Amino acid sequence: MRLLPLTRGGREGQIIFFLLKGIIGKTIMDERDELIIEPGKSSVSTGLGGLWRYRELLYFLVWRDVKVKYKQTALGVAWAVLQPALAMIIFSVLFGRLANLPSDGLPYPVFVLAGLLPWNYFASVLGLSTLSLVANANLISKIYFPRVIIPVSSASAALIDLVIASLVLVVMMIWYGTPISAGVVLIPVLVLLTMMTAVGFGAWLSALNVRYRDIQYAVPFLIQVWMFATPVIYPRSLLGEEWGWLVYLNPMSGVIEAFRPALFGNREIPWGGLAISISVGLFVFITGMAYFRKVERHFADII
Amino acid sequence: MKPIISIQGVSKRYSIGEKAFYGSLREEVMDALSSPLRRVLKGEARREEPTVWAIKDVSFDVNEGDIVGIVGRNGAGKSTLLKILSRITEPTEGRITMRGRIASLLEVGTGFHPELTGRENIFLNGALLGMTAKEIKAKFDEIVAFSEIEKFLDTPVKRYSSGMYVRLAFAVAAHLEPEILVIDEVLAVGDAVFQKKCLGKMGEVAKGGRTVLFVSHNMGAVRQLCTKAVLLASGKLVETGTTDGIIQLYMASAYRNAASIKFETHEGKRAQITGVRLLDKDENEKTDFTSGEDPIVEISFVIRERLSGLHVACILTTFDGVHVFSTADTDTDSGLFNERLPGAYCVQVKLPTNSLNVGQYTISVGIGIPGVESIDRNDTVSFTLHDTGDFGTMKEGARRKGLLLMQIPWKYVAIGDKDV
Repeated sequence: MRLLPLTRGGREGQIIFFLLKGIIGKTIMDERDELIIEPGKSSVSTGLGGLWRYRELLYFLVWRDVKVKYKQTALGVAWAVLQPALAMIIFSVLFGRLANLPSDGLPYPVFVLAGLLPWNYFASVLGLSTLSLVANANLISKIYFPRVIIPVSSASAALIDLVIASLVLVVMMIWYGTPISAGVVLIPVLVLLTMMTAVGFGAWLSALNVRYRDIQYAVPFLIQVWMFATPVIYPRSLLGEEWGWLVYLNPMSGVIEAFRPALFGNREIPWGGLAISISVGLFVFITGMAYFRKVERHFADII
Repeated sequence: MKPIISIQGVSKRYSIGEKAFYGSLREEVMDALSSPLRRVLKGEARREEPTVWAIKDVSFDVNEGDIVGIVGRNGAGKSTLLKILSRITEPTEGRITMRGRIASLLEVGTGFHPELTGRENIFLNGALLGMTAKEIKAKFDEIVAFSEIEKFLDTPVKRYSSGMYVRLAFAVAAHLEPEILVIDEVLAVGDAVFQKKCLGKMGEVAKGGRTVLFVSHNMGAVRQLCTKAVLLASGKLVETGTTDGIIQLYMASAYRNAASIKFETHEGKRAQITGVRLLDKDENEKTDFTSGEDPIVEISFVIRERLSGLHVACILTTFDGVHVFSTADTDTDSGLFNERLPGAYCVQVKLPTNSLNVGQYTISVGIGIPGVESIDRNDTVSFTLHDTGDFGTMKEGARRKGLLLMQIPWKYVAIGDKDV
């Protein structure tokens, strides 16, 4: 691993190095190296380090998931457009019209759609990755590869839907004449952040689901509740200033609250809140990877 | 030279309790909460999960270029050993050192996606087995040619016949080029012609100097491919040695001859074999016969509903798994194809063995409607055929090769004549 510069940074650097080593694991052996298989050794479990060496497999698995997703459906990829579009219409009628929720000065349909896109991505990654290991049980019990590829490939494949669904937002912005802000360059960063958070939770949930199938029944419910705890259909400002920052402990709050100002420039990006959300997301990611790494060596035995 | 694989004292323990398979969070939480309490109150020890050693203390070395057959009965631990070598699961104890890139093929077609086309599955499966996209591209034409599915390359594999599916899957795997190749029972699939082709391909791989570990129940294949063999029994290593020696040991230990066998009755089956006995001409149960002494197979079966088109058949197989011949009750009496009434039956058939080679044979017995369905079929009794001693082979002190042992007259038409 090329992590040497970090180790020079004194104590803090060493701690970071140690943490990173825990997540990434040792790099996989070279062709002619000796491979030692022993109980408790990282020969079976590789953490994130295996991702690089097996990047082609990751590519093929993502490609498989994308290819297969809308096979044998009449509407095909139109589903990626229909789902957020229908949700937008329903929420606009229910919450925009009937409940008259505020929307930070944006047309409510645009407001809610800009929240739904990152949220739907997050929710679908959570749902897919929870099931991913069990759904690929035959691979896990018959073929060796870094297991972490499976939830990561679920997260990557779902990006395609996000990109396609974004077209609906573009159409809506043209329709309502919503101007686009220069902050749009931040969107890929925010998406990456969503992905990291989702993979973090996905690592926890998919690994737990291998042992406790309870998880797969709990997650759909969790996602439903979680959405209402996230400022998707309402602005965070609705919650007031004094305790409103607590919302940012939910890592998706920061992303979605930053997503809209980055896109439309309708107000300041809440940097402080975003920082809280990033920290929580990073924490989930690191612990998720560490947990995954700890238990992945037993997957084949108990799946 | 250091061995390419060195296995030292490897063991693997599995939990076999219900909880090991389908744990639920609630149980675990309840357990965690209640058991300390229980222990305090009753002084009860934490309950032990039942476990089983799938393999125990197995050690052997494999040298570069060896083709090693791993043989043993079902449950001997062969597959567990391969899984540990393939890094799918960890050993509980012991240590393995490997000095080369390893690829394993534990099942044909793992990772094939039914919705993807043949072409797409070649790439996906290749990547899963550890090939790079570049390697797959370079071998693509070879793989397609080997699989014989050119016409269906762009058809989703869910529309393939099972034969095509297996051919394609094996073709991908056959073009792997690791230094160590681990193969589990993949020849159990496909038709005879393709199996032969696969065996040929594997022989080629082996000649290329690669190290191969090969598990199969097909002793013919093991004998043909492997230079060395390892015998496992109930998770323990029994012996390592030459292929022929190990196969003999395996057969002697695994297949003790049985002159009679009874089967549990299953009321759900419309017809069923209930028992088979092996008799000599005086109707004594026996498992050792001399060449030319024809064993009598007595089959008891029940028919539970009116059935027509039925036959009862008997297949003689060598221990290598080669079918010698089969015979059915309808062969000499086609009237038996008419409707048969429910009831218990017993039938005897004398098997001609006078031109069979010496060795061990198994008889499987089946009942079914030929070409339509097999209602019940079982491996049943087995016997050893001994040399009578008055035949020329004995003087050579060795078993003749081949299925048959025939006394064929030779006639010299000229002796010692210079003009021939």
